Amino acid sequence: MSFWEFVSDRWSRLLSESLLHVSAVVQCTILAAIVGVTVGIAVYRSPFGSAVATALTSAILTIPSFALLGLLIPVLGLGAPPTVAALVLYGLLPIVRNTIVGLAGVDGAVTDAARGIGMNRLGVLTRIELRLAWPAILAGMRVATQMLMGIAAIAAYARGPGLGVEIFAGLTRAGSANATNQAIAGTVGIVVLALILDGIFVLIGRYTTSRGLRGQ
Amino acid sequence: MASEIQLTEVTKRYGRRPPAVDNFSITIPAGQIVVFVGPSGCGKTTTMRMINRLIEPTSGLITIGGEDTSKLDPDQLRRKIGYAIQQAGLFPHMTVAQNVGVVPGLLGWDRGKVADRVEEMLDLVGLDPAEFRDRFPRQLSGGQQQRVGVARALAADPPVLLMDEPFGAVDPITRGNLQDELMRLQAELHKTIVFVTHDFDEAVKLGDRIAVLGDQSRILQYDTPEAVLANPADDTVAGFVGAGASLKQLTLRRVRDVQLSQAAVTVSTSDEPADIRRSLQEAGASFALMLDTRRRPVAWVHVREPRMRRPIRDMVSRESTLQDALEAILTDGGNAVVTGARGEYVGLVDIDTVMASVRELRENA
Repeated sequence: MSFWEFVSDRWSRLLSESLLHVSAVVQCTILAAIVGVTVGIAVYRSPFGSAVATALTSAILTIPSFALLGLLIPVLGLGAPPTVAALVLYGLLPIVRNTIVGLAGVDGAVTDAARGIGMNRLGVLTRIELRLAWPAILAGMRVATQMLMGIAAIAAYARGPGLGVEIFAGLTRAGSANATNQAIAGTVGIVVLALILDGIFVLIGRYTTSRGLRGQ
Repeated sequence: MASEIQLTEVTKRYGRRPPAVDNFSITIPAGQIVVFVGPSGCGKTTTMRMINRLIEPTSGLITIGGEDTSKLDPDQLRRKIGYAIQQAGLFPHMTVAQNVGVVPGLLGWDRGKVADRVEEMLDLVGLDPAEFRDRFPRQLSGGQQQRVGVARALAADPPVLLMDEPFGAVDPITRGNLQDELMRLQAELHKTIVFVTHDFDEAVKLGDRIAVLGDQSRILQYDTPEAVLANPADDTVAGFVGAGASLKQLTLRRVRDVQLSQAAVTVSTSDEPADIRRSLQEAGASFALMLDTRRRPVAWVHVREPRMRRPIRDMVSRESTLQDALEAILTDGGNAVVTGARGEYVGLVDIDTVMASVRELRENA
Protein backbone atom coordinates (compact mmCIF):
# COMPACT_ATOMS: atom_id res chain seq x y z
CA MET A 1 0.00 0.00 0.00
CA SER A 2 1.43 3.36 -0.99
CA PHE A 3 1.49 6.30 1.41
CA TRP A 4 -1.41 8.04 -0.35
CA GLU A 5 -3.50 4.87 -0.37
CA PHE A 6 -2.80 4.54 3.33
CA VAL A 7 -3.85 8.10 3.98
CA SER A 8 -7.10 7.87 2.01
CA ASP A 9 -7.84 4.51 3.63
CA ARG A 10 -7.41 5.96 7.13
CA TRP A 11 -8.64 9.46 6.27
CA SER A 12 -11.51 9.77 8.73
CA ARG A 13 -9.42 8.44 11.57
CA LEU A 14 -6.48 10.73 10.73
CA LEU A 15 -8.85 13.66 10.49
CA SER A 16 -10.39 13.08 13.91
CA GLU A 17 -6.90 12.65 15.43
CA SER A 18 -5.82 15.88 13.73
CA LEU A 19 -8.77 17.72 15.21
CA LEU A 20 -8.02 16.31 18.65
CA HIS A 21 -4.37 17.29 18.23
CA VAL A 22 -5.14 20.86 17.20
CA SER A 23 -7.82 21.26 19.81
CA ALA A 24 -5.48 20.04 22.56
CA VAL A 25 -2.71 22.41 21.42
CA VAL A 26 -4.99 25.42 21.00
CA GLN A 27 -6.71 24.93 24.34
CA CYS A 28 -3.41 24.41 26.12
CA THR A 29 -1.91 27.50 24.43
CA ILE A 30 -4.88 29.56 25.60
CA LEU A 31 -4.51 28.18 29.14
CA ALA A 32 -0.77 28.86 29.02
CA ALA A 33 -1.48 32.38 27.75
CA ILE A 34 -3.88 33.09 30.61
CA VAL A 35 -1.40 31.79 33.19
CA GLY A 36 1.65 33.24 31.42
CA VAL A 37 0.25 36.76 30.91
CA THR A 38 -0.95 36.82 34.52
CA VAL A 39 2.50 35.81 35.72
CA GLY A 40 4.07 38.38 33.38
CA ILE A 41 1.82 41.17 34.70
CA ALA A 42 2.61 40.14 38.27
CA VAL A 43 6.38 40.33 37.86
CA TYR A 44 7.28 42.77 35.05
CA ARG A 45 7.76 45.74 37.36
CA SER A 46 10.41 44.00 39.41
CA PRO A 47 13.68 42.98 37.73
CA PHE A 48 14.13 40.27 40.37
CA GLY A 49 10.64 38.85 39.86
CA SER A 50 11.12 38.93 36.08
CA ALA A 51 14.43 37.05 36.38
CA VAL A 52 12.91 34.40 38.66
CA ALA A 53 9.85 33.88 36.45
CA THR A 54 11.97 33.58 33.30
CA ALA A 55 14.43 31.21 34.99
CA LEU A 56 11.67 28.98 36.35
CA THR A 57 9.84 28.69 33.05
CA SER A 58 13.15 28.06 31.26
CA ALA A 59 13.91 25.31 33.77
CA ILE A 60 10.62 23.61 32.90
CA LEU A 61 11.56 23.70 29.24
CA THR A 62 14.85 21.92 29.86
CA ILE A 63 13.06 18.85 31.27
CA PRO A 64 12.76 16.34 28.40
CA SER A 65 9.10 16.09 27.45
CA PHE A 66 9.20 12.30 27.58
CA ALA A 67 10.50 12.46 31.16
CA LEU A 68 8.00 15.10 32.26
CA LEU A 69 5.08 13.06 30.95
CA GLY A 70 6.47 9.95 32.66
CA LEU A 71 6.74 11.87 35.92
CA LEU A 72 3.22 13.26 35.61
CA ILE A 73 1.54 9.88 34.99
CA PRO A 74 1.85 8.64 38.62
CA VAL A 75 0.42 11.94 39.84
CA LEU A 76 -2.33 12.65 37.28
CA GLY A 77 -2.91 9.23 35.72
CA LEU A 78 -3.15 8.57 31.99
CA GLY A 79 -4.98 10.42 29.22
CA ALA A 80 -5.84 14.09 29.07
CA PRO A 81 -4.74 15.39 32.51
CA PRO A 82 -0.97 14.75 32.15
CA THR A 83 -1.10 15.89 28.51
CA VAL A 84 -2.73 19.19 29.39
CA ALA A 85 -0.41 19.75 32.37
CA ALA A 86 2.71 19.11 30.29
CA LEU A 87 1.61 21.22 27.34
CA VAL A 88 0.63 24.18 29.53
CA LEU A 89 3.92 24.02 31.41
CA TYR A 90 5.96 23.96 28.18
CA GLY A 91 3.90 26.75 26.67
CA LEU A 92 4.64 29.08 29.58
CA LEU A 93 8.22 30.09 28.79
CA PRO A 94 7.75 31.95 25.49
CA ILE A 95 4.55 33.57 26.70
CA VAL A 96 5.86 34.66 30.11
CA ARG A 97 9.10 35.94 28.62
CA ASN A 98 7.42 37.82 25.80
CA THR A 99 4.84 39.32 28.15
CA ILE A 100 7.60 40.61 30.42
CA VAL A 101 9.63 41.96 27.51
CA GLY A 102 6.56 43.48 25.90
CA LEU A 103 5.31 45.22 29.06
CA ALA A 104 8.77 46.37 30.10
CA GLY A 105 9.33 47.74 26.60
CA VAL A 106 6.42 50.18 26.80
CA ASP A 107 7.81 53.71 26.60
CA GLY A 108 7.87 55.30 30.05
CA ALA A 109 6.70 58.61 28.59
CA VAL A 110 3.53 56.92 27.36
CA THR A 111 2.59 55.41 30.71
CA ASP A 112 3.56 58.64 32.46
CA ALA A 113 1.25 60.57 30.15
CA ALA A 114 -1.52 58.04 30.76
CA ARG A 115 -1.18 58.42 34.54
CA GLY A 116 -0.80 62.17 34.20
CA ILE A 117 -4.06 62.66 32.35
CA GLY A 118 -5.95 60.67 34.96
CA MET A 119 -6.08 57.01 33.96
CA ASN A 120 -6.12 54.68 36.94
CA ARG A 121 -3.66 51.77 37.31
CA LEU A 122 -6.03 49.22 35.80
CA GLY A 123 -6.85 51.53 32.90
CA VAL A 124 -3.18 52.08 32.14
CA LEU A 125 -2.60 48.31 32.18
CA THR A 126 -5.58 47.28 30.05
CA ARG A 127 -5.91 50.27 27.72
CA ILE A 128 -2.27 51.13 27.22
CA GLU A 129 0.34 48.63 28.40
CA LEU A 130 -1.31 45.35 27.34
CA ARG A 131 -2.33 46.86 23.99
CA LEU A 132 1.20 47.94 23.30
CA ALA A 133 2.65 44.62 24.51
CA TRP A 134 0.09 42.64 22.52
CA PRO A 135 2.24 42.00 19.41
CA ALA A 136 4.98 40.58 21.66
CA ILE A 137 2.51 38.45 23.64
CA LEU A 138 0.99 37.16 20.42
CA ALA A 139 4.45 36.28 19.10
CA GLY A 140 5.05 34.34 22.32
CA MET A 141 1.79 32.44 21.82
CA ARG A 142 2.78 31.70 18.25
CA VAL A 143 6.12 30.21 19.32
CA ALA A 144 4.37 28.28 22.09
CA THR A 145 1.85 26.84 19.63
CA GLN A 146 4.56 25.62 17.26
CA MET A 147 6.46 24.06 20.11
CA LEU A 148 3.36 22.39 21.56
CA MET A 149 2.42 20.87 18.20
CA GLY A 150 5.56 18.75 18.40
CA ILE A 151 5.38 18.05 22.11
CA ALA A 152 1.73 17.01 21.89
CA ALA A 153 2.84 14.07 19.75
CA ILE A 154 4.84 12.72 22.70
CA ALA A 155 1.66 12.91 24.79
CA ALA A 156 0.49 9.73 23.07
CA TYR A 157 2.95 8.01 25.40
CA ALA A 158 0.62 8.98 28.25
CA ARG A 159 -2.39 7.86 26.19
CA GLY A 160 -3.07 11.47 25.27
CA PRO A 161 -5.12 12.38 22.21
CA GLY A 162 -3.79 13.40 18.78
CA LEU A 163 -1.59 12.36 15.90
CA GLY A 164 1.07 11.10 18.28
CA VAL A 165 -1.00 7.91 18.47
CA GLU A 166 -0.20 7.19 14.81
CA ILE A 167 3.49 7.90 15.25
CA PHE A 168 3.84 5.71 18.34
CA ALA A 169 1.79 2.91 16.80
CA GLY A 170 3.90 3.06 13.65
CA LEU A 171 7.17 3.05 15.56
CA THR A 172 6.24 0.14 17.86
CA ARG A 173 5.18 -1.93 14.85
CA ALA A 174 8.33 -1.06 12.92
CA GLY A 175 8.95 -3.51 10.08
CA SER A 176 5.33 -4.70 9.80
CA ALA A 177 2.97 -3.64 7.01
CA ASN A 178 2.22 0.09 6.78
CA ALA A 179 4.23 0.84 9.97
CA THR A 180 6.33 3.46 8.18
CA ASN A 181 3.31 4.93 6.41
CA GLN A 182 1.56 5.28 9.77
CA ALA A 183 4.49 7.08 11.40
CA ILE A 184 4.97 9.35 8.41
CA ALA A 185 1.26 10.17 8.19
CA GLY A 186 1.30 11.28 11.85
CA THR A 187 4.46 13.35 11.38
CA VAL A 188 3.41 15.01 8.14
CA GLY A 189 0.01 15.70 9.65
CA ILE A 190 1.61 17.57 12.53
CA VAL A 191 3.81 19.62 10.21
CA VAL A 192 0.84 20.58 8.02
CA LEU A 193 -1.30 21.50 11.02
CA ALA A 194 1.55 23.56 12.48
CA LEU A 195 1.84 25.53 9.24
CA ILE A 196 -1.91 26.14 9.12
CA LEU A 197 -1.96 27.36 12.75
CA ASP A 198 1.00 29.63 12.04
CA GLY A 199 -0.92 31.16 9.16
CA ILE A 200 -3.90 31.71 11.42
CA PHE A 201 -1.65 33.50 13.90
CA VAL A 202 -0.47 35.86 11.17
CA LEU A 203 -4.11 36.69 10.44
CA ILE A 204 -4.96 37.16 14.12
CA GLY A 205 -1.95 39.44 14.44
CA ARG A 206 -3.09 41.50 11.48
CA TYR A 207 -6.61 41.97 12.76
CA THR A 208 -5.89 42.53 16.43
CA THR A 209 -2.86 44.82 16.24
CA SER A 210 -3.49 48.58 15.94
CA ARG A 211 -2.37 50.08 12.63
CA GLY A 212 -0.47 52.56 14.74
CA LEU A 213 1.86 49.79 15.91
CA ARG A 214 2.50 48.12 12.58
CA GLY A 215 5.25 49.18 10.22
CA GLN A 216 4.59 51.59 7.39
CA MET B 1 -11.67 80.05 34.12
CA ALA B 2 -8.35 79.58 35.85
CA SER B 3 -7.32 78.67 39.35
CA GLU B 4 -4.57 79.90 41.59
CA ILE B 5 -2.10 77.24 42.64
CA GLN B 6 -0.43 77.48 46.00
CA LEU B 7 2.39 75.34 47.31
CA THR B 8 3.19 75.78 50.99
CA GLU B 9 6.32 74.35 52.58
CA VAL B 10 6.28 71.34 50.26
CA THR B 11 9.03 68.79 50.82
CA LYS B 12 9.77 65.55 49.00
CA ARG B 13 12.18 63.09 50.55
CA TYR B 14 13.33 59.76 49.11
CA GLY B 15 14.56 57.55 51.95
CA ARG B 16 17.39 58.96 54.01
CA ARG B 17 18.95 61.01 51.26
CA PRO B 18 18.77 64.82 51.38
CA PRO B 19 15.32 65.95 50.21
CA ALA B 20 14.78 66.27 46.44
CA VAL B 21 12.52 69.24 47.09
CA ASP B 22 13.07 71.13 50.30
CA ASN B 23 10.48 73.37 51.91
CA PHE B 24 9.17 74.81 48.65
CA SER B 25 6.59 77.60 48.77
CA ILE B 26 5.20 79.48 45.81
CA THR B 27 1.99 81.11 44.66
CA ILE B 28 1.13 80.71 41.01
CA PRO B 29 -1.40 83.41 40.09
CA ALA B 30 -4.52 82.37 38.20
CA GLY B 31 -4.33 82.77 34.43
CA GLN B 32 -0.58 83.26 34.24
CA ILE B 33 2.29 81.25 32.82
CA VAL B 34 4.86 80.53 35.50
CA VAL B 35 8.07 78.94 34.27
CA PHE B 36 10.19 76.77 36.55
CA VAL B 37 13.66 77.05 35.12
CA GLY B 38 16.82 75.49 36.47
CA PRO B 39 19.61 73.03 35.72
CA SER B 40 18.69 69.38 35.21
CA GLY B 41 18.35 67.47 38.47
CA CYS B 42 17.35 70.56 40.46
CA GLY B 43 13.96 69.10 41.31
CA LYS B 44 11.83 71.30 39.07
CA THR B 45 10.07 68.34 37.44
CA THR B 46 9.56 66.65 40.82
CA THR B 47 8.01 69.87 42.10
CA MET B 48 5.67 70.09 39.13
CA ARG B 49 4.66 66.43 39.41
CA MET B 50 3.62 66.95 43.01
CA ILE B 51 0.96 69.40 41.82
CA ASN B 52 -0.99 66.61 40.06
CA ARG B 53 0.22 64.03 42.58
CA LEU B 54 2.14 61.88 40.15
CA ILE B 55 4.57 62.25 43.02
CA GLU B 56 3.15 62.47 46.52
CA PRO B 57 4.74 65.17 48.66
CA THR B 58 6.33 63.98 51.92
CA SER B 59 4.99 67.03 53.70
CA GLY B 60 3.45 70.39 52.95
CA LEU B 61 0.23 71.68 51.46
CA ILE B 62 -0.75 72.09 47.81
CA THR B 63 -3.98 73.84 46.90
CA ILE B 64 -5.54 74.49 43.50
CA GLY B 65 -8.25 77.13 43.52
CA GLY B 66 -8.18 76.92 47.31
CA GLU B 67 -8.84 73.17 47.33
CA ASP B 68 -6.39 70.89 49.16
CA THR B 69 -5.23 68.39 46.51
CA SER B 70 -4.36 65.71 49.08
CA LYS B 71 -8.07 65.46 49.93
CA LEU B 72 -9.03 64.57 46.34
CA ASP B 73 -8.87 61.26 44.48
CA PRO B 74 -5.61 61.48 42.49
CA ASP B 75 -7.12 60.16 39.25
CA GLN B 76 -10.06 62.57 39.47
CA LEU B 77 -7.64 65.39 40.27
CA ARG B 78 -5.48 64.63 37.21
CA ARG B 79 -8.47 64.62 34.87
CA LYS B 80 -8.94 68.29 35.77
CA ILE B 81 -5.28 69.19 35.19
CA GLY B 82 -3.89 69.26 31.67
CA TYR B 83 -0.61 67.42 31.33
CA ALA B 84 1.81 67.75 28.42
CA ILE B 85 5.29 66.25 28.40
CA GLN B 86 8.42 66.02 26.29
CA GLN B 87 8.01 63.83 23.19
CA ALA B 88 4.26 64.28 23.70
CA GLY B 89 3.79 60.77 25.19
CA LEU B 90 1.02 60.07 22.70
CA PHE B 91 -0.52 56.60 22.75
CA PRO B 92 0.94 54.99 19.63
CA HIS B 93 -1.91 52.51 19.16
CA MET B 94 -4.60 55.19 19.14
CA THR B 95 -5.44 57.64 16.39
CA VAL B 96 -4.99 61.37 16.88
CA ALA B 97 -8.73 61.71 17.58
CA GLN B 98 -8.67 58.89 20.14
CA ASN B 99 -5.64 60.40 21.84
CA VAL B 100 -7.27 63.81 22.14
CA GLY B 101 -10.57 62.26 23.28
CA VAL B 102 -9.11 60.19 26.11
CA VAL B 103 -9.74 62.61 28.98
CA PRO B 104 -13.27 63.62 27.93
CA GLY B 105 -13.91 59.87 27.61
CA LEU B 106 -12.62 59.29 31.13
CA LEU B 107 -14.89 62.06 32.35
CA GLY B 108 -17.84 60.23 30.85
CA TRP B 109 -18.78 62.64 28.05
CA ASP B 110 -21.00 61.11 25.39
CA ARG B 111 -19.47 60.19 22.03
CA GLY B 112 -20.94 63.04 20.04
CA LYS B 113 -19.70 65.65 22.46
CA VAL B 114 -16.23 64.05 22.52
CA ALA B 115 -16.07 64.03 18.70
CA ASP B 116 -17.06 67.72 18.55
CA ARG B 117 -14.49 68.58 21.17
CA VAL B 118 -11.75 66.71 19.29
CA GLU B 119 -12.48 68.73 16.14
CA GLU B 120 -12.42 71.95 18.11
CA MET B 121 -9.14 71.09 19.81
CA LEU B 122 -7.36 70.07 16.61
CA ASP B 123 -8.48 73.33 15.04
CA LEU B 124 -7.23 75.22 18.06
CA VAL B 125 -3.71 73.80 17.79
CA GLY B 126 -3.60 74.37 14.05
CA LEU B 127 -4.13 70.85 12.72
CA ASP B 128 -6.81 70.26 10.08
CA PRO B 129 -9.20 67.71 11.68
CA ALA B 130 -10.14 66.15 8.34
CA GLU B 131 -6.51 65.47 7.55
CA PHE B 132 -5.19 64.48 10.95
CA ARG B 133 -8.09 62.92 12.86
CA ASP B 134 -7.48 59.35 11.74
CA ARG B 135 -3.70 59.40 11.62
CA PHE B 136 -1.56 57.51 14.10
CA PRO B 137 1.18 59.29 16.07
CA ARG B 138 3.97 57.61 14.07
CA GLN B 139 2.58 59.28 10.96
CA LEU B 140 3.15 62.76 12.43
CA SER B 141 6.25 64.95 12.61
CA GLY B 142 7.69 65.82 16.02
CA GLY B 143 6.07 69.26 15.96
CA GLN B 144 2.67 67.84 15.01
CA GLN B 145 2.94 65.26 17.80
CA GLN B 146 3.57 68.08 20.28
CA ARG B 147 0.51 69.93 18.99
CA VAL B 148 -1.60 66.81 19.49
CA GLY B 149 -0.07 66.49 22.97
CA VAL B 150 -1.17 70.05 23.78
CA ALA B 151 -4.64 69.39 22.29
CA ARG B 152 -4.97 66.30 24.49
CA ALA B 153 -3.93 68.27 27.55
CA LEU B 154 -6.54 70.95 26.82
CA ALA B 155 -9.35 68.65 25.68
CA ALA B 156 -11.34 68.59 28.91
CA ASP B 157 -10.86 72.36 29.34
CA PRO B 158 -8.87 72.08 32.58
CA PRO B 159 -8.29 75.32 34.48
CA VAL B 160 -4.68 74.31 35.11
CA LEU B 161 -2.04 73.04 32.70
CA LEU B 162 1.26 71.39 33.61
CA MET B 163 3.89 71.30 30.87
CA ASP B 164 7.17 69.45 31.37
CA GLU B 165 9.66 70.55 28.71
CA PRO B 166 6.96 70.00 26.10
CA PHE B 167 9.06 71.48 23.32
CA GLY B 168 12.36 69.94 24.38
CA ALA B 169 12.60 67.33 21.65
CA VAL B 170 11.86 69.34 18.51
CA ASP B 171 14.16 71.36 16.24
CA PRO B 172 14.73 75.04 17.11
CA ILE B 173 12.54 76.46 14.34
CA THR B 174 9.56 74.23 15.18
CA ARG B 175 10.17 74.99 18.84
CA GLY B 176 9.96 78.72 18.16
CA ASN B 177 6.69 78.19 16.26
CA LEU B 178 5.22 76.07 19.04
CA GLN B 179 6.19 78.71 21.61
CA ASP B 180 4.47 81.43 19.56
CA GLU B 181 1.46 79.15 19.23
CA LEU B 182 1.30 78.56 22.97
CA MET B 183 1.39 82.28 23.62
CA ARG B 184 -1.44 82.78 21.14
CA LEU B 185 -3.45 79.99 22.84
CA GLN B 186 -2.81 81.46 26.25
CA ALA B 187 -3.98 84.92 25.14
CA GLU B 188 -7.23 83.19 24.19
CA LEU B 189 -7.65 80.70 27.04
CA HIS B 190 -6.05 82.29 30.13
CA LYS B 191 -5.12 79.03 31.83
CA THR B 192 -2.90 78.78 34.86
CA ILE B 193 0.16 77.18 33.33
CA VAL B 194 3.17 75.71 35.11
CA PHE B 195 5.89 75.25 32.52
CA VAL B 196 9.14 73.43 33.28
CA THR B 197 12.23 73.99 31.17
CA HIS B 198 16.01 74.18 31.44
CA ASP B 199 16.15 76.67 28.57
CA PHE B 200 16.35 80.17 30.00
CA ASP B 201 15.52 81.84 26.69
CA GLU B 202 12.32 79.80 26.53
CA ALA B 203 11.51 80.93 30.09
CA VAL B 204 12.01 84.60 29.18
CA LYS B 205 9.89 84.25 26.09
CA LEU B 206 6.93 82.41 27.62
CA GLY B 207 6.84 83.32 31.28
CA ASP B 208 4.66 85.95 32.89
CA ARG B 209 6.84 85.09 35.83
CA ILE B 210 9.97 83.01 36.11
CA ALA B 211 11.00 80.93 39.11
CA VAL B 212 14.71 80.24 38.88
CA LEU B 213 15.37 77.09 40.87
CA GLY B 214 18.57 75.80 42.41
CA ASP B 215 19.37 72.51 44.09
CA GLN B 216 16.51 70.87 45.99
CA SER B 217 14.15 73.14 44.12
CA ARG B 218 15.26 76.15 46.21
CA ILE B 219 13.77 79.31 44.71
CA LEU B 220 16.69 81.56 43.84
CA GLN B 221 14.46 84.19 42.32
CA TYR B 222 10.77 84.48 41.48
CA ASP B 223 9.96 87.51 39.40
CA THR B 224 9.05 88.84 35.98
CA PRO B 225 11.47 88.04 33.12
CA GLU B 226 12.43 91.74 32.93
CA ALA B 227 13.34 91.82 36.61
CA VAL B 228 15.27 88.55 36.52
CA LEU B 229 17.29 89.74 33.53
CA ALA B 230 17.96 93.17 34.97
CA ASN B 231 18.63 92.22 38.57
CA PRO B 232 19.68 88.62 39.00
CA ALA B 233 19.24 87.84 42.69
CA ASP B 234 22.67 86.28 43.08
CA ASP B 235 25.66 84.94 41.17
CA THR B 236 23.99 81.58 40.51
CA VAL B 237 21.03 83.23 38.83
CA ALA B 238 23.37 85.57 36.98
CA GLY B 239 25.34 82.57 35.78
CA PHE B 240 22.17 80.88 34.66
CA VAL B 241 20.87 83.98 32.93
CA GLY B 242 24.17 83.79 31.12
CA ALA B 243 26.62 86.31 29.77
CA GLY B 244 24.01 87.56 27.34
CA ALA B 245 21.63 88.92 29.99
CA SER B 246 21.70 92.48 28.69
CA LEU B 247 21.31 91.25 25.16
CA LYS B 248 18.30 89.14 26.16
CA GLN B 249 16.85 92.17 27.89
CA LEU B 250 17.04 94.04 24.63
CA THR B 251 14.56 91.57 23.17
CA LEU B 252 12.01 92.97 25.64
CA ARG B 253 12.25 96.45 24.11
CA ARG B 254 11.34 97.60 20.63
CA VAL B 255 12.70 100.38 18.46
CA ARG B 256 9.37 102.24 18.64
CA ASP B 257 9.87 102.50 22.44
CA VAL B 258 13.00 104.65 22.18
CA GLN B 259 13.76 108.20 21.05
CA LEU B 260 15.20 108.15 17.53
CA SER B 261 18.02 110.50 16.59
CA GLN B 262 18.47 112.10 13.17
CA ALA B 263 21.43 112.07 10.81
CA ALA B 264 23.33 115.38 10.91
CA VAL B 265 23.34 115.54 7.15
CA THR B 266 21.20 113.74 4.61
CA VAL B 267 22.02 113.97 0.94
CA SER B 268 20.42 112.70 -2.20
CA THR B 269 21.83 110.23 -4.71
CA SER B 270 21.61 113.03 -7.30
CA ASP B 271 23.85 115.47 -5.34
CA GLU B 272 27.34 116.27 -6.66
CA PRO B 273 30.28 114.98 -4.55
CA ALA B 274 31.59 118.53 -4.15
CA ASP B 275 28.24 119.71 -2.78
CA ILE B 276 28.12 116.78 -0.39
CA ARG B 277 31.59 117.64 0.94
CA ARG B 278 30.59 121.29 1.37
CA SER B 279 27.42 120.50 3.33
CA LEU B 280 29.32 118.07 5.55
CA GLN B 281 32.05 120.64 6.26
CA GLU B 282 29.45 123.30 7.03
CA ALA B 283 27.69 120.97 9.47
CA GLY B 284 31.00 119.84 10.96
CA ALA B 285 30.05 116.18 10.48
CA SER B 286 32.08 113.40 8.94
CA PHE B 287 29.28 111.15 7.59
CA ALA B 288 26.21 111.86 5.52
CA LEU B 289 23.30 109.51 5.00
CA MET B 290 22.45 109.18 1.33
CA LEU B 291 18.78 108.72 0.42
CA ASP B 292 17.34 107.85 -2.96
CA THR B 293 14.64 109.90 -4.65
CA ARG B 294 11.95 108.14 -2.61
CA ARG B 295 13.82 108.95 0.62
CA ARG B 296 14.95 105.36 1.14
CA PRO B 297 18.40 105.02 2.78
CA VAL B 298 21.06 103.81 0.36
CA ALA B 299 24.52 104.43 1.74
CA TRP B 300 26.80 106.36 4.06
CA VAL B 301 29.23 108.87 2.57
CA HIS B 302 32.43 110.14 4.26
CA VAL B 303 33.59 113.72 4.00
CA ARG B 304 37.06 112.82 2.70
CA GLU B 305 35.83 110.50 -0.06
CA PRO B 306 32.41 111.84 -1.11
CA ARG B 307 32.53 109.67 -4.24
CA MET B 308 32.68 106.46 -2.29
CA ARG B 309 29.34 105.13 -1.08
CA ARG B 310 29.37 102.62 1.74
CA PRO B 311 26.16 100.62 1.31
CA ILE B 312 23.93 100.02 4.35
CA ARG B 313 23.84 96.30 4.99
CA ASP B 314 21.35 96.04 7.83
CA MET B 315 18.32 98.20 8.58
CA VAL B 316 15.62 97.91 11.22
CA SER B 317 11.96 98.87 11.43
CA ARG B 318 9.98 100.38 14.30
CA GLU B 319 8.76 96.88 15.23
CA SER B 320 12.26 95.42 15.52
CA THR B 321 13.67 94.67 18.94
CA LEU B 322 16.53 96.69 20.32
CA GLN B 323 18.60 93.53 19.95
CA ASP B 324 18.08 93.72 16.19
CA ALA B 325 19.03 97.40 16.33
CA LEU B 326 22.24 96.60 18.18
CA GLU B 327 22.99 93.95 15.60
CA ALA B 328 22.59 96.57 12.86
CA ILE B 329 24.79 99.02 14.73
CA LEU B 330 27.54 96.42 14.97
CA THR B 331 27.17 95.42 11.34
CA ASP B 332 27.30 98.93 9.90
CA GLY B 333 29.38 100.62 12.58
CA GLY B 334 27.88 103.67 14.26
CA ASN B 335 24.14 103.87 13.79
CA ALA B 336 21.21 101.63 12.97
CA VAL B 337 19.05 103.12 10.26
CA VAL B 338 15.33 102.90 11.00
CA THR B 339 12.91 102.72 8.12
CA GLY B 340 9.16 103.13 7.99
CA ALA B 341 6.46 100.97 6.45
CA ARG B 342 7.40 101.83 2.85
CA GLY B 343 11.12 101.61 3.47
CA GLU B 344 11.53 105.38 3.88
CA TYR B 345 14.09 106.86 6.26
CA VAL B 346 12.65 107.57 9.73
CA GLY B 347 15.62 108.05 12.01
CA LEU B 348 18.61 106.46 13.66
CA VAL B 349 19.29 104.39 16.75
CA ASP B 350 22.75 104.96 18.13
CA ILE B 351 24.69 102.96 20.65
CA ASP B 352 24.05 105.51 23.42
CA THR B 353 20.28 105.08 23.02
CA VAL B 354 20.68 101.32 23.37
CA MET B 355 22.87 101.72 26.43
CA ALA B 356 20.40 104.13 27.99
CA SER B 357 17.60 101.60 27.48
CA VAL B 358 19.58 98.85 29.16
CA ARG B 359 20.24 101.14 32.13
CA GLU B 360 16.61 102.13 32.31
CA LEU B 361 15.42 98.49 32.20
CA ARG B 362 17.78 97.70 35.00
CA GLU B 363 16.63 100.59 37.16
CA ASN B 364 12.92 99.90 36.59
CA ALA B 365 13.09 96.19 37.30
